[in-house]
Amino acid sequence: MNFQPSEMQTELTDLTRKFAREKLFPLIEEDENEGRFRPEIIAELGKLGLTGIPVGEAYGGAGLGYSEYVPVLEEIAGASASYAISVAVTGLAQVILEKFGTDAQKQHITRLASGQAIGAFSLSEAGSGSDAGALRTTAKREGDHYVLNGTKLWTTQGDSADVILLMARTGSQADGPKGVSTFLIEKGTPGLKLGKREKKMGCHISHTMELILENVRVPVSMRVADEGEGFKIAMTALDSGRITIAAVALGVAKAAMDVAVSHAGQREQFGKPIGEYQGVSFLLADMAVQYEAAKLLVQKAAWLKDAGKPFSTEAAMAKLAATDMAMKVTTDAVQVLGGSGYTQDFPVERYMREAKVLQIVEGTNQIQRLVIGRSLLRSSS
Amino acid sequence: MWFFSDEHRMIQETVRQFAQTTLAPRIEELDEHEGFHREAFPKMGELGLLGITVSEADGGAGQGAVSATIAMEEMAAVDASTTLSYLAHAILCVNQIARNGTPEQKQRFLPKLLSGEHIGGMGMSEPEAGSDALGMKTRATRDGSSYILNGAKTWITNGPVGETFYCYAKTGEGKKDVSTFIIEKGTAGFSVGKKFKKMGMRASPTGELVFDQCKIPELNRIGAEGSSIAAMMRNLDLERITIAGMSLGMARSAIEAATQYSKERKQFGKPIGAFQQIQERLAEASAWYEACRALTYNSAYAFDLSQAGAPGAPSTREISALAARAKLQAAQMATQVGLDAIQILGGYGYTREFPVERQMRDAKLIEIGAGTNEVLRLIIARQMLGDEVANA
Repeated sequence: MNFQPSEMQTELTDLTRKFAREKLFPLIEEDENEGRFRPEIIAELGKLGLTGIPVGEAYGGAGLGYSEYVPVLEEIAGASASYAISVAVTGLAQVILEKFGTDAQKQHITRLASGQAIGAFSLSEAGSGSDAGALRTTAKREGDHYVLNGTKLWTTQGDSADVILLMARTGSQADGPKGVSTFLIEKGTPGLKLGKREKKMGCHISHTMELILENVRVPVSMRVADEGEGFKIAMTALDSGRITIAAVALGVAKAAMDVAVSHAGQREQFGKPIGEYQGVSFLLADMAVQYEAAKLLVQKAAWLKDAGKPFSTEAAMAKLAATDMAMKVTTDAVQVLGGSGYTQDFPVERYMREAKVLQIVEGTNQIQRLVIGRSLLRSSS
Repeated sequence: MWFFSDEHRMIQETVRQFAQTTLAPRIEELDEHEGFHREAFPKMGELGLLGITVSEADGGAGQGAVSATIAMEEMAAVDASTTLSYLAHAILCVNQIARNGTPEQKQRFLPKLLSGEHIGGMGMSEPEAGSDALGMKTRATRDGSSYILNGAKTWITNGPVGETFYCYAKTGEGKKDVSTFIIEKGTAGFSVGKKFKKMGMRASPTGELVFDQCKIPELNRIGAEGSSIAAMMRNLDLERITIAGMSLGMARSAIEAATQYSKERKQFGKPIGAFQQIQERLAEASAWYEACRALTYNSAYAFDLSQAGAPGAPSTREISALAARAKLQAAQMATQVGLDAIQILGGYGYTREFPVERQMRDAKLIEIGAGTNEVLRLIIARQMLGDEVANA
């Protein structure tokens, strides 16, 4: 066991923190209010080498692991959960293509890893959220193309994405998860239309899109892996994705905690700083304990993945622990700041609104408990 | 509640209908654009809600805390923002003028407030005096038959839209030298400072009130000079009880939405309500809600008994602790229930297609306004331990 961050981790943390605090944070309040996403931010992160952390150098990535990816995402999320999610989702597309893609498909990794292009992952539909295997969008083979029809929901940055990995049904509805395949769809493909953009509680910079597919023709060469492998690919992707969302949760929580601690040291009531009251200082103490504990779990999941060991249960645990922690810590941070915390004069109310979505995406926390519970029972039998 | 009288039930039904027909159609848009539902106030006036606790002789409905809490619960189940503005108007301003004003002052200020032509508010908190309310720095200095006010109030509900404010200011050096003044919009030296952008309660404008050499006639001073603390504290109890009613309304709505969704939403071939994780959350939410409801209405009832001087009624201090307990629990319950309702609705819960995310954003305010959770715990502990131990 060694808790010493590597030189690479330290370097990446410092580099990302500097960018996040100096360049990103000042834009966020207004951009969140306006719902304005700036692709150039992703490009700038790309120039710093931060948009392709976990993919190989052969594709323009950094060739590093999730142990390096986690601190990068945490630092971006400290300024903006929306941009951290954007980087994580673009990363997810790269990770899937690197593992399952053909050489031709892998060509797309390079522009994603450099931050010149944006990726998306489209799985959910109106009737299939947690029950992802029940999706209804169809992909019918016609010669050397597939013709896709249906409507996808909750696609993060579906409007700005250049490359979308989309799950559709090549088999029958009765095939369930086994009838699902993955397709690589490029921006501008005829028949791919943007539906409504969701109005949300938070993360307004990160656009959540409905995608409508009307006779979208995708060459067979852009099917990722074999027919029927799509659900497996999606689940593998979600395992890794859970570590990234957990990292985002760490960043949001840490940012909220920092504001709360600083406020508690400065704000005076009844003649002394409120941090001197146990009611406040114990709240801060609990925040720190829960944050540190969750962080260790996230780091462990990342380490397992990097070491090539099974990690899906730990990834689910990390996602559950970190996002529940972030919800609690941000809610308490608003409380520590009182009336100020409820206003946009401080970012903590935003952090609280951002934390909530982390308990829902990449598998709701109910699904994480399901995954963990099943895994426990399986290993004891 | 099972003890509600026919009159209580009538008020409940009236407000429920008003909320459905007048408030429901507009709240989504008002929340999004940080508007204010001014037109709702004359309608509340017609229903007698603006003077709900004011005696009939003074033009009010002659009701007590139980009825006011019912009104708050029913309105907040639909639109917590307008309910919060209603609270500031009816409980923090109108009720106080009616309780503490002279007949002449009531005559001058109440009619337009009771009709909803004017919007009222209350000014207590200051930038450096939130939980430590008596640490206020706004000063009123005597100048012949007038006072000159200097200072600033903050977090004032209805500040940006109100005409009549029930404001506290220091008139002496002592911590307890607090007096009350009615400040009217348009008075020279009185201005409204910035309007806050908030996480929730976005359709209830919150702002600063600024006094710069603001001259207020002695006729606008409510009660004797330096004698406002007791009435201020007493009204905080009423505020806390009725605002706990708001938490009840918000929570009830969230529970109803989550229950309905759990019946309709199917995943893995069955309604999600068939899964124990969902059942557990719904069951816990409703149990906590019912407990808070019983506590809140018990406090309201006790407040009314005490106000009426009924034999064996709880002491003022007991009422304060009861009110603090009700609000502490109801506020925390409503935030947690709101978070859980969003969780049950999943992605849909996070969007504005369903009202649960708004209710959660609104609910969080109640853990902060009218005494933070932290201050309420302090009040409760003092009552339990005695000042000597609690403040040792």
